[in-house]
Amino acid sequence: MTSADTIQKRKRRTLILLLAPFSVMLSVFFLIPLGIMMIYSFLEPGLYGGVEWNWYPYNYGRIIGWPLNDYEEFEPIYLKIFLNSLQIAIMTVIGTFLLCYPAAFWVSRMKGAKKNFALFLITLPFFANLLVRIYAWLLLLRPTGFFNTVLQSAGLIIEPLDLLFTNFSVIIGMVYILTPFMFLPIYANVEKLDYSLVRASQDLGANPLQTFRRVILPLTAPGIIGGSVIVFIPALGNFIVPSFLGGSKVQMTGNLIERSFLQSRDWPFGAALALLIMASVVALVVFQLSRQAKAESRGVS
Amino acid sequence: MSFLKITSAYKTYKTPEGGLIHALDDVSLNVRNNEFLTLLGPSGCGKTTLLKCIAGFEDIDAGEITLEDQSLKGVPAHRRPFNTVFQSYALFPHLSISDNVGYGLDVARVAKKERNQRVEETLELVGLGGFGNREPNQLSGGQQQRVALARSLVLKPRVLLLDEPLSALDRKMRENMQIELKNLQHSVGITFVFVTHDQEEALAMSDRIAVVANGKVQQLASPTEIYDEPANEFVANFVGTSNVFSGKVVAKSDNILTIETVNQRQVLAVSDRFNKGDRVELILRPEHLKLSPGGNGIPDSCIEGTVEANVFVGSDMHLHVNVGKGRTAVVHHRHSRGDDGERIEVGTEVKLYYSPNAAHLIEAVGG
Repeated sequence: MTSADTIQKRKRRTLILLLAPFSVMLSVFFLIPLGIMMIYSFLEPGLYGGVEWNWYPYNYGRIIGWPLNDYEEFEPIYLKIFLNSLQIAIMTVIGTFLLCYPAAFWVSRMKGAKKNFALFLITLPFFANLLVRIYAWLLLLRPTGFFNTVLQSAGLIIEPLDLLFTNFSVIIGMVYILTPFMFLPIYANVEKLDYSLVRASQDLGANPLQTFRRVILPLTAPGIIGGSVIVFIPALGNFIVPSFLGGSKVQMTGNLIERSFLQSRDWPFGAALALLIMASVVALVVFQLSRQAKAESRGVS
Repeated sequence: MSFLKITSAYKTYKTPEGGLIHALDDVSLNVRNNEFLTLLGPSGCGKTTLLKCIAGFEDIDAGEITLEDQSLKGVPAHRRPFNTVFQSYALFPHLSISDNVGYGLDVARVAKKERNQRVEETLELVGLGGFGNREPNQLSGGQQQRVALARSLVLKPRVLLLDEPLSALDRKMRENMQIELKNLQHSVGITFVFVTHDQEEALAMSDRIAVVANGKVQQLASPTEIYDEPANEFVANFVGTSNVFSGKVVAKSDNILTIETVNQRQVLAVSDRFNKGDRVELILRPEHLKLSPGGNGIPDSCIEGTVEANVFVGSDMHLHVNVGKGRTAVVHHRHSRGDDGERIEVGTEVKLYYSPNAAHLIEAVGG
């Protein structure tokens, strides 16, 4: 046996050792529960919670329009809620992007201590409790809250606006809690943008708008896509923000899942909803990864 | 009508410590059409600043830059008919080679057919025909350099600005590119303004050289003039090696001056610029000092000294000769094959001869 083989072997053993804790944790606490959920989603709900071990594809049927004709009818409300969740998640991605993209350029051009302080401010909201932060928005947006009081006393409106319990209030809450997740990937990308390329573009006759579209945007696209994916995923499945700021008027799929598991004790239906969200997210991530692989083969990361 | 003209340009930067750097300090320069002009100077001398001001990335604080008598004040970089080849090449990593070269044509909305044809021609011109579909990171440094050149040349700029484009290449590649650049400049007939700190590069390629130091143009002349008749001690030392002796003209007959140096030697030089009593600096290139007298109408001057160090560099033997009072003269003694036995050892007493015609005189500073 050559020494190169020994080194190879030792390297592999180190790798296995390093990966072992993570792999064990992932399989015990993620893959196995996921498997259970998958199986449950095809079983009949028990009368008092739990499951009956019968083949029962109608959990999905209820959602996508293929119900068990005998006693369940197709309810388009679930699809509607799913589409509304999708819309809220997309709006959240757009909202966080519009906030973070310019800010990332601004922060990346700061120097030393100032820059570190700005980055600290971005992550500052993590230090406060999530529920407190969302509850604060409830106080700001309600009919007797800050915004309505200010607008009324300024004479701009007579009746308080219905800000709370709308898609708008849910999107505001989502954008608020998910902004750092958009900022950090974009910032990491913008930070290493080579400004000599911007200069080269100008030098070759491109005006500022052309430079942005042809050089800056394509080179920062990986950060934008990365940020969008990790904002989109939690936004789509979120149930805390809609239950606070959406009340009973704005439902998201996350609320449905929560209710199925905790209130109506219909575990198979909840599992089917959860897997549907997961499927749409996985599709998105696969799309993103394939794009990234293409970009990396060109030397852009 | 003058071509590209810079008149009394000033540019000052603030350092982070609050000091001021005069990057351009009353710079005036007249670039001729179709010439290869080199801005030569040590790093931080202001040559790159001047290039950026011409390109339009920086504004001069005072003075004027004109192209064919049209002021360029307030004209942004993307509207100036100049293109730059950057030191780091700055190729767009997300675009193929042909899209890199076609970038300027694309933003100018040149028709597809003409665009493709011009891209192909220019790639051909820089010796990269058939490389169009590759990505920048698949090319070597020298090839990336050519792409950067093609990307600028395809736009047929009035002036091509080159910011130390060869500094990242290895020596052999650099020497090849020097010849190619010079030939390219001839064949395309575009004015090149080339920035470098490498004097050999400057001497090899330029029609004229502007030696820049401390934000000022020290001398603007042809390479031979810069080398043979440096305007001051800085140019003499920066371009090539020089032996500089300060002294005073003590006698003059016809144009032959006798100069008494500070270490009380009498040496000869030829000049009609100076008179008896003038304080001068005598500049002698190392290759003009010889160890044996050469035949010449004028009696050769001779300096005696002791060899302090000998450095073999291949074609020459560099001798450092102590000529008294702690002054050292550098001599380049031609080496021929089989000279081994005649190696001049440290401590040898030697006589250095030179032809008075080879000595260049400049006015002593503060004299």
